[in-house]
Amino acid sequence: MSDLDDLYQEVILDHNKSPRNYRAMADANRKAEGYNPLCGDHVTVYLHLDNGVIRDVSFQGSGCAISKASASLMTAELKGKSEAAAEELFENVHKMLTGAADDGGEKVGKLKILSGVCKFPARVKCASLAWHTVNAALHGDSQPATTE
Amino acid sequence: MKAISLLAESRNAAGSFDVQRVREDFPILKLKVHGKPLVYLDNGATGQKPQCVIDALNAYYSAENSNIHRGVHYLSERATAAYEAAREKIRGFINARSEKEIIFVRGTTEAINLVAQCYGRSSLRAGDEIVVSAMEHHSNIVPWQILCEQIGARLRVIPINHDGEIVLEEYHRLFNSRTKLISLTHVSNALGTIAPVKEMIATAHEHSVPVLLDGAQAVPHLRVDMQDLGCDFYAFSGHKLFGPTGVGVLYGRAELLEKMPPYQGGGDMISLVTFEKTHYNVLPYKFEAGTPHIAGGIGLGAAIDYLSGLNWQQLAAHEHKLLSYATERLADIDGVRIIGTAKEKAGVLSFVLENVHAHDVGTILDQEGVAVRAGHHCAMPVMQRFGVPATTRASFAFYNTIEEVDALARAIYRVRKVFG
Repeated sequence: MSDLDDLYQEVILDHNKSPRNYRAMADANRKAEGYNPLCGDHVTVYLHLDNGVIRDVSFQGSGCAISKASASLMTAELKGKSEAAAEELFENVHKMLTGAADDGGEKVGKLKILSGVCKFPARVKCASLAWHTVNAALHGDSQPATTE
Repeated sequence: MKAISLLAESRNAAGSFDVQRVREDFPILKLKVHGKPLVYLDNGATGQKPQCVIDALNAYYSAENSNIHRGVHYLSERATAAYEAAREKIRGFINARSEKEIIFVRGTTEAINLVAQCYGRSSLRAGDEIVVSAMEHHSNIVPWQILCEQIGARLRVIPINHDGEIVLEEYHRLFNSRTKLISLTHVSNALGTIAPVKEMIATAHEHSVPVLLDGAQAVPHLRVDMQDLGCDFYAFSGHKLFGPTGVGVLYGRAELLEKMPPYQGGGDMISLVTFEKTHYNVLPYKFEAGTPHIAGGIGLGAAIDYLSGLNWQQLAAHEHKLLSYATERLADIDGVRIIGTAKEKAGVLSFVLENVHAHDVGTILDQEGVAVRAGHHCAMPVMQRFGVPATTRASFAFYNTIEEVDALARAIYRVRKVFG
């Protein structure tokens, strides 16, 4: 498989076309915005936290296929996870995207599909935007998250 | 017989631009990217460098390197002479009256900031108005916003129409007694529109308002003549003009520059310093504090020598053909919408592809060896005007070919295929 096919796999194209959990959340108790100043992409992530557990998570925004698919896959993966587990996943995904994971990203489950991104350094920020944003939401940061 | 040979001669003068010949002068154009020949269509971001520019940098560092305007030794005299010779080449290239009006800066951005801070802070007051257009690069917006905050001035914006052309009636309507400065792009980096600057300068001057032109995207495509344009300030970057990065030019009319305070304080910009008072140096040195990018200035001089050796009539005809052909080819592709359809355009073809974000287009084009810019092009208000988050921009230089336009079109078909 070429690097390009690796990047734009069916699953990613599908999540781009029909992103999961793509909606505003009326009863969110955490919310954060993220910007990629390089390209103007932006994303808003909504969380409903209950006793340290993510009961619901959704997003809205505009961006490329990689950023949209990454956000969509992320929401599907985070639902029902504890805050601590979410943070661990954030770390592992970040390692995988930047090519720093020793095991090639075995610890990230279905998100492994995003591992092709590490061969496209210019696109790592697209894939990590939603993750930085959810991290900001979990920490209750009032400043918008950026990929810088 | 005489008539025939004259005809042949005029045909030759108007004849076609030998693009294969000029490509030989640019070593980088022989590169392969991801196993494919490089198709460099990101000239709006920066131009490639001819061998003579690369050689000039090498020659300077190998046999002339020294600081300028201070040493009495051989090398310093050589370096000073070479740097000042470059200034004179630039003066000739844009037809300024005097080399005093040619200030070396880091690039267009610094040139505009210099005018905003030195002219703006000394000549404008609270309530005064600065006019820009809706198709400016951020570097011709933000310096004015900073100035407005500092002195309480107001930024006014000339709208553009759906083709990306300046709405002249609205421009005329903006003038009032508080209008104190017009700062306009000569050629839009995101849309390629050539602004009707001569007419706009004439209007401004009827109201005794000075005009700055951002020429970053104009100088690689159009011959610019300060006497013909009649503008008060003109800013451009060396690297987009096939010279080195980190060097650019601010042209300013001497009488305005004389009245302006210095930009930065330091060495080279003074004539006498005591702890009580400092006397500033004469033009252009008053605005050139510190050791400049000497090699860059010399390299830019070499780029101008190179450009001066080209037939600009043929060059313009070739670029026109490239842009028209590219516009036709892309308009033929399903789902392509061209952003920026002004009647007068230079060098730039921005577009969006239905249901595919510009970044994805850019990545797939890159895999085909085609280098384009994807994003907001540092012109977010332009993106907002057209209701798109980003565009893909192919931007041309005289060394691009019709075959490269075909490669661009083929690569866009590949994007369509990937995204189904």
